Amino acid sequence: MSPVQLAALAVVVPLIAAPAAVLVRGATAAWAIATAACGFAFAAALMLATDVAAHGTLSYALGSWPAPWGIEYRIDALSAFVLVLVSGIATVVAAFARRSAAAELPADQLYLFYAMFCLCAAGLLGMTATGDAFNLFVFMEIASLSSYVLIALGRDRRALVAAYQYLILGTIGATFFVIGVGMLYLATGTLNLADMAGRLAGVPDSRPVLAALAFITVGVSLKLALFPLHLWLPNAYAYAPSAVTAFLAATATKVSIYVLLRFYFSVFGAQVVVEDMPMPQILLVLSLVAIASASLVAIWQTDLKRLFAYSSVAQVGYITLGISLASPDGLTAAIVHLFNHGVTKGALFLLIGGIAMRAGGAATLEAVRGLGRTMPLTSLGIVIAGLSLIGIPGTAGFISKWFLVLAAMQAGHWWLAGFVVLTSLIAVAYVWRFVEAAYLAEPGPAAPRAGEAPAAMLAFAWLLVGGCIWFGLDSSLTVAGARRAALLLLGGAP
Amino acid sequence: MIAIGHYSYWITVLLMATGLYIVIARGNLVKKLIGLAVFQSSVYLLYIAPGKLIGGTAPIVAEGFRVYSNPLPHVLILTAIVVGVATLALGLAITVRIREAYGSIEEDEVLEADAGAPGCDGTP
Amino acid sequence: MRSNPILRVVAKMLIPFMLLFALYVQFHGDFGPGGGFQAGVIAAAAMVFYAIVFGLPAARRLVPDRVVESMAALGVLLYAGVGLAGIALGGNYLDYFVLARDPVDGQHRGIFWVEAGVAVTVSGVMLKVFYLFAGRGHGLDR
Repeated sequence: MSPVQLAALAVVVPLIAAPAAVLVRGATAAWAIATAACGFAFAAALMLATDVAAHGTLSYALGSWPAPWGIEYRIDALSAFVLVLVSGIATVVAAFARRSAAAELPADQLYLFYAMFCLCAAGLLGMTATGDAFNLFVFMEIASLSSYVLIALGRDRRALVAAYQYLILGTIGATFFVIGVGMLYLATGTLNLADMAGRLAGVPDSRPVLAALAFITVGVSLKLALFPLHLWLPNAYAYAPSAVTAFLAATATKVSIYVLLRFYFSVFGAQVVVEDMPMPQILLVLSLVAIASASLVAIWQTDLKRLFAYSSVAQVGYITLGISLASPDGLTAAIVHLFNHGVTKGALFLLIGGIAMRAGGAATLEAVRGLGRTMPLTSLGIVIAGLSLIGIPGTAGFISKWFLVLAAMQAGHWWLAGFVVLTSLIAVAYVWRFVEAAYLAEPGPAAPRAGEAPAAMLAFAWLLVGGCIWFGLDSSLTVAGARRAALLLLGGAP
Repeated sequence: MIAIGHYSYWITVLLMATGLYIVIARGNLVKKLIGLAVFQSSVYLLYIAPGKLIGGTAPIVAEGFRVYSNPLPHVLILTAIVVGVATLALGLAITVRIREAYGSIEEDEVLEADAGAPGCDGTP
Repeated sequence: MRSNPILRVVAKMLIPFMLLFALYVQFHGDFGPGGGFQAGVIAAAAMVFYAIVFGLPAARRLVPDRVVESMAALGVLLYAGVGLAGIALGGNYLDYFVLARDPVDGQHRGIFWVEAGVAVTVSGVMLKVFYLFAGRGHGLDR
């Protein structure tokens, strides 16, 4: 078995772990299987990333059917980058979930939780690894269906309504995506992304192709919660179990952004997207509205999960802002922020999960009063992650904002650079709400009494907080990977 | 001149619009799911109808036949149908749970029940 | 409905044929409409028919919950196992060419086993869905 098999095994091992978790039935055994599978996928993703950095794009023919006829897994600089992020977050959250899920779900359902978690991870990894458009749809639906189930497992009955709303909107999004893929198939006769790019070069601006671009954009925008298609996100993140919120916030929207990047630049090509259709302008306007409105709404939220869910909508706006600039620096900014935001939000929601567990219910601003004294490590972690959201130098968020401002100034949009800085000040406002409650207020009646979160949970959350600081101080790995990916995307067909 | 020969595409668009309208306009949770199913079946038609070539025979290699119908859309749509069935089953399961938790499957009644309950743990 | 003799007798006569038809559809997927998913649904429909006529507790005695859940998981593992066998025998994932000495024979074997896996999973899932929906509200579900 040669190392190239890892391209398939990175997806298959979590996929196999799901029925294995169903068969073993015990909560601890299922947790062990889930964590081991995600850990294997992480190791495989790291090996694939080093291999791609050294030897270029890796092509893997599933079933040994050669490329345009068979399904192909294509690991290039961008997919390897996203694979590392998704598998890494999956491993950390799976390890964290042992205490967190046990506290929030009934004990006899825990093995099903881990099975769904593995399916979601496998779906997201498959979406990233595949080079076939319809295979992407299938993995997209695997990931989406399992995430609907994961959200519905929340304690509060409103989790059911949130899951239903997400199901309706997510399925409409996936169906729009498959309509777009169908039109591309009718226009080109192939489903392989690389082959499609080659054939589309001949007929770039015929009407079915432009219609396909529109359908795919709307479908994927529903999944990545681009304003105004983001309405499912705050409820879904607020009422889902804490580990689920952390996992989805850090990975699900990021993989949808990857799909957008893949279709825009690798399949359609920058020429169709930028010149024939006003995609950059539309994305620019929507991103600006997303950042401004979501940041402002976040300030008035009282539930911590909801607050940071709106913050996620705003941060996704920053990423699509980078995409709309469509330059090497803009794409580098977008891809670096994809990674940094995943790590930051993962850390945040894991820490909030610790608060929710100790508080015995929802983590509201009321409940976190005086948290600086009762749960000092958790509060410090949230403050550091909040600083990363704002973009303070020394944190990962600063690197992304730096590149974004750089890209804006290079494109001559000085007002855009100013806008990015200004909206970061709004982020200060909603992070300050937490700081004010945790450090400047006395503990209220709803405060957690049992002290700091369990070490098992805190360790993994702080792993990601450490990531926020590390990738802010030494960003060579992330920026190099992002730049390689950006140049690959803009260089034409993979 | 509106092409009558493209009637399969007209039906596709009709089903698409009908399905989306039902999802948006109807407040009953089960009716929304039915609208979703109608919307998804328009996609099946979009893929399969162009796959049949006029004068094309079944896609099995045989002497004397040069034009074959395309078998790939059928395979794709089988997968899409299974995905649709799974989505419908999951949606109905969530609807059953919502009925048990709220006592109603009308969207406006459910949202009204939620309007006055910030941050409290309801009965699952 | 258990008390109605016509339903009971007809059910007992039809259900074996329904299961046989499911097997027919399963194995003739190569030559006509059929395959794993369709066969799984027909087999599950036969069991649902039994449950409707003879009652859910009787069906649960015949095919217990644990068996149904395990079926759903085992089918997926069978499918994935065929894929891993392809890797173990030197090809890529889900490579059927290496499963037998003759590549065409290998294709035949690979498709046979993956369709079997699909049928087991689909019938397990359909039956589980029926058990869960039908058992709610009567205190019969877990």
